[in-house]
Amino acid sequence: MMHLIPPAILPYVLPVVYALVIVAVLPLMAGYIVLLERKVMADMQARLGPMRVGPHGLLQPIADAVKLLLKEDIVPREADRLMFYVAPLVSVTMALLAYAAMPFGPAFQIADLNVGLLFILAVSSLGIYGIVLGGWASNSHYSLLGALRSAAQLVSYETAAGLGLISGLLLAGSLSMKDIVQAQADQGVWFILVAPIGFFVYLVGSIAETNRAPFDLPEAESELVAGYMTEYSGFRWSLYFLAEYANMIIVAGIATTLFLGGWLRPFPRIHEHLFGTSVELLDALPSLIFLAIGLYCFRLTPRQPVQIQKFVMAAAGGLCLLLAGAMAASLFAPPTVMQGVHGGFWFMVKVMAYLYAFLWIRFTFPRYRFDQLMRLGWRFLIPLALVNVIGVGTAIVLQQQWGWNPRVTELVTLAATIGVAIWLASEDEKPVAAVVAADGE
Amino acid sequence: MFSQAVFYFFAALAVTSAILMVTRRNIIHGAVFLITTLLATAGIFLQLDAEFLFVVQIILYVGGIMVLFVFVIMLVNLDVSMRLVQFNHQRFVAGALALVLGAQVFLALKVGPGVMPHPAQQIMSPKNTEAVGDALFTHYMLPFEIASILLLVAMIGAVVMAKRRV
Amino acid sequence: MISPEHYLMLSLALFTIGVIGVLTRRNVIIILMSIELILNAVNINLVAFSRLYGDVNGQVFAIFIITDAAAEAAVGLGIILAFFRNRETLLADEMDLLKW
Repeated sequence: MMHLIPPAILPYVLPVVYALVIVAVLPLMAGYIVLLERKVMADMQARLGPMRVGPHGLLQPIADAVKLLLKEDIVPREADRLMFYVAPLVSVTMALLAYAAMPFGPAFQIADLNVGLLFILAVSSLGIYGIVLGGWASNSHYSLLGALRSAAQLVSYETAAGLGLISGLLLAGSLSMKDIVQAQADQGVWFILVAPIGFFVYLVGSIAETNRAPFDLPEAESELVAGYMTEYSGFRWSLYFLAEYANMIIVAGIATTLFLGGWLRPFPRIHEHLFGTSVELLDALPSLIFLAIGLYCFRLTPRQPVQIQKFVMAAAGGLCLLLAGAMAASLFAPPTVMQGVHGGFWFMVKVMAYLYAFLWIRFTFPRYRFDQLMRLGWRFLIPLALVNVIGVGTAIVLQQQWGWNPRVTELVTLAATIGVAIWLASEDEKPVAAVVAADGE
Repeated sequence: MFSQAVFYFFAALAVTSAILMVTRRNIIHGAVFLITTLLATAGIFLQLDAEFLFVVQIILYVGGIMVLFVFVIMLVNLDVSMRLVQFNHQRFVAGALALVLGAQVFLALKVGPGVMPHPAQQIMSPKNTEAVGDALFTHYMLPFEIASILLLVAMIGAVVMAKRRV
Repeated sequence: MISPEHYLMLSLALFTIGVIGVLTRRNVIIILMSIELILNAVNINLVAFSRLYGDVNGQVFAIFIITDAAAEAAVGLGIILAFFRNRETLLADEMDLLKW
């Protein structure tokens, strides 16, 4: 079939197909991540979550989408119409554009840019305009305040997150996403083990970047109604919403690629083989994981109270067994297919783990007040990230140019960075009343 | 052929957005059109194989400087200024002079003898970021350090100028 | 094939529009934005020549120009804010405190 396509457009066919797949699948995935969040929230609060719409609430996102599409589209009277229309579009476009450089495995990437990581950072930083213009266009005090607060928060934590990424980049030596994962494969270690403070800084920075709790002051319901999203209803609100969850997946993807080894399996250097065949032991993990999940689904099936839930649970179990079979079958396929399938699996597992960390943190910590938030960003995270970059750089220079033992240099610089972190965190916060009096107009 | 289409697209976008920017009555609309002009310029940089400058333009100019502009525009009261006359009393003379300037440079480029030597198109190193980084940290180390001091001074200056007097 | 003249014409067009913006608009913020437009036109010029000669120096210079533009925009906007708080006006015509 490839010979039917004229050679002038052949290099563009596969990226366009990948792009269409991403644009088609992503809104559905974002909807199901919302359902996942509600279920995880319910589990942590000892209740069940959405159970009514579809078995176990599985059709809840579809019901939500239909409801949002059918809602009345209200535009405030004095609102700036052009900006009001354009603002959610900007948010969604920038969120989706970042997927152009994101690799979902060794085989699934739209464009392997030489500056892929910087491109994703740049495009994510453009999402600020969706928020700021949306708040402005709503012509309402609360929206504007929420938008300005959110934009200030985003700008501050974007700096911190970028500096956290630099410590990982020093180890990777390249900005191309594929090369970063390749560097982790070559060095045989995930970069989180070498630069854990960088990962921590990026984790906190990315939670603030996506306006998630505990940094969700701009969109919390008890503050400023819904911030910049207050005046948006129906489909426009769902565009902002989609942008937020797409952003979450992007930052999870960046953290996975840079710190968690991308599509590499755990322990990429251990090549123990299975009973003398050509299959490596750790490569059998995906099918074993799916097998375990499938058997657990079958075990839960008889305990479901309702007939249709039994049916769906059994179907889920069957699906897991099918996937286990697919993973096992791909072990005997040509190496590129095996790497593509298994790489995709490990990447999705790591992204899901990072997103689970987001959800977990959301339901554990109380919300930061805005001045506490800015203080944390500017007076703790950015100095810590800078010291971390100096530390990692020093460790690399000591290893490569002076020949010291890598483990020793990493531990010493890590200890120094943690010392600085403890010192920064122990700064006493001045009581709010004193600060306000000192700042008086 | 594809790169030609890309160039014409970004060039048309840049010029159109620029014209729209200088003619808007609403300053926020002007800022948004400047943002599209800067993004089109970034596209031109990418088309010229300057990929590091492409991302630097987006991160610094569009993601930093224009955010600053938009914040300041929001802090300043717009309604009154939108109803006043937008163009000053010297607009015709100034416009004519600017067009004369443009025409002069245009003629110099088109008609001037031997203005631009045309070497064969050089191959740029595919590792653009590494090359720029090398140049910045070896030949241009002093301007780099001075630029960082300049930014420090600008930060202090901006904070001092914009602070409310106690 | 895109010859360097194309890039120079584009740069010239943006430069002229920027100059017209600086000279004809009354609102100080639009004047500042037109100055940014002029700086961008110069950047396109520099990068086009850098591509023509295969030399990375043009791009380095463009990076320094972007850095300077950031510094200048920050201080300029700070000045505008301070002036606005005192005089409540954003029009260049009315900023005539030094006139006798």
